[in-house]
Order: sequence, then structure tokens, then C-alpha cells
Amino acid sequence: MTTKQFMFVNRKAPYGTIYAWESLEVVLIAAAFEQDVSMAFLDDGVYQLKKGHQTKGIEVKAFEKTFGALEDYDVTKIYVDQESLTERGLTTDDLALPVEVFSRAELGKLMEEQDVVLSF
Amino acid sequence: MLHIINKSPYDRPAFYSALKTGEGAILLIEDGVYAAAKGGVAEAKLKAATDKFKFYALTADLEARGIADRVVDGVTLVNYAGFVDLVAEYKTNQSWL
Amino acid sequence: MASIEVNGKSYEIDEEGYLVDLSTWNEEVGAYLATTEGLTLTDQHWEVINFLREYYNEFQIAPAVRVLTKAIGKKLGPEKGNSQYLYELFPYGPAKQACKVAGLPKPTGCV
Repeated sequence: MTTKQFMFVNRKAPYGTIYAWESLEVVLIAAAFEQDVSMAFLDDGVYQLKKGHQTKGIEVKAFEKTFGALEDYDVTKIYVDQESLTERGLTTDDLALPVEVFSRAELGKLMEEQDVVLSF
Repeated sequence: MLHIINKSPYDRPAFYSALKTGEGAILLIEDGVYAAAKGGVAEAKLKAATDKFKFYALTADLEARGIADRVVDGVTLVNYAGFVDLVAEYKTNQSWL
Repeated sequence: MASIEVNGKSYEIDEEGYLVDLSTWNEEVGAYLATTEGLTLTDQHWEVINFLREYYNEFQIAPAVRVLTKAIGKKLGPEKGNSQYLYELFPYGPAKQACKVAGLPKPTGCV
């Protein structure tokens, strides 16, 4: 199978819309087909990574748990935008996964290197 | 009037727009609860308006997003029953799209 | 929606025969779902089924077959973490068939 570099750009907060969950599902599908997958989180997308989601009250699946399966799918390139964290008063200590933090300009360069960029 | 905001202030201007309407109450639900989280840019805007608005946020939505432990002082937490009470208490209410 | 009957109780299934509400699953339902796939369950089958249920509980997803194979290898040893062993148990796709019996949704990445 041809392997391509896929980047999934996540810009939406979790739960308010279905985008975050849909993105994660497509990431897992692409990874299951052994593609070279990375995930970038910017703008409200960084909230997806905030730890301590307790979704019992709103009766939806907490996908913080599913992030834990990314390693099994060999998805280890998780990029986060520094500016988006700062604007929201977050640091990497607040996040559920180990991530690599980049400036927006550096993320732009990483986007340029991809074969496919999908925005959610 | 009770303004109900369900959009993140970092994504859409609904929260800031509602603040400019003068006075009343603002209930933050769904992604709107991010306006009530400490440390972000929105915190100062909320704090600056506490003399004109009463602020409420839905606990279940704060918990789901992992921010129930960092709510800005001056925001009252409500459950779903409290949400209903607020809607009943105000003569008019508006859900900002 | 279609349903199945096990021990006098009715359970909803989707158009592909997957259990709709995984919290209603029990071993009898699993055994019944196995017969719809033409499987006779042995201890080896149950080992995989229980593994899948635990995996779902931890990560909230049913793993794709490649991931399942790798994860089983890690937990139960390489003699079980290979596709030959798993396909012998579940000839029509270990992830797909075992997930159905385990009451889980169709695996993510299974088209």
C-alpha cells in the first residue's frame, strides 16, 4: 500500500460539535491503513486535549480515553499550537497526552510538508 | 433578560456581543462555558462585566470539558434544574446563535 | 429495528447484526451472536472476546484488526498475537466477528 503523510488539523472544541470525534475516527481509520498520520491541535482544538473530561452529566462518550489508543495505532505525532494554549490559559501540564508544541509559523511549515491535510 | 450562550468566546463573538447589550444575566452552556474558565483571555472580559451581569454556567458542561475546577470567581454554577429555574425567572430569554 | 431473543429477553441489533446497546450484553447473548456467525465458542474464543471488551472499556473503541493483533500479542503472547491464530478462531475477520460476539460496535477502520 502506498503510504502518504496525512495531517489532521483540529480546531474545534470537544462535545459542542461532532467535528472532534469525527476527526479522531478518521485518524484511526487512516492509521489502521498504515498511513503516516499526525494530528495538529490549534485554536479551540487544544481543548480536546485538556485532561479530566467527565462526560457523565452530558451523557456522551469521553474521547479522552480514546486518545490513549493512539499509541496502539502508531499515531505519536501530536502537535499543539503554543499561541492557542496561551490564549486559553493552558500549559502542556493541562493536557492528557504528551505533545510537541510549535509556533503557528512552524505548524505552517509542517502543513507544507504533508501529502494530505484534512481540517476538522 | 437572560442571555444563553453556547459558543466558545475563542471561536465566535457571541459572548462579547451579549456583554455589550447592557445588563442582565448570562448563562453559559455547552462550548460557552469556556468563557468561565480561569487563565484565558475571556476571564478579564467576564470580570469587568460582573457589576452589570449575573453569570451562570452549567456544571455538566464544565465537567465534560475538564474545567469545573477552574471557574472564574463570581460565576454561579447551576445544574439542569437550575437552568430551568433561570429561564422561568427572567421575563425574556435569548439563545445566541 | 431488528431484535434477537435470548432466554426470553429481547435485544436490539442493527442492520448488520451488531448489538445496539453494549451495556445489555451478557455471555448468553454473546453465545447467541456467535451462532449467527456460525461459530462454536471455545476458551480461546472467549479469551479474545474478553480482551476486546476490556479494550473497549479502556479506550471506548473497538480496535482495527492490526491493532488488535498487536495488542493481543503484548498481553497474551506472540503465539496468540498473530493473524493466523486469530483468523482460525474467527475466519471472517477477527476484529469484525469477535466484536460482534463481544457486543461491541463494528471496529473503527473496518470498512
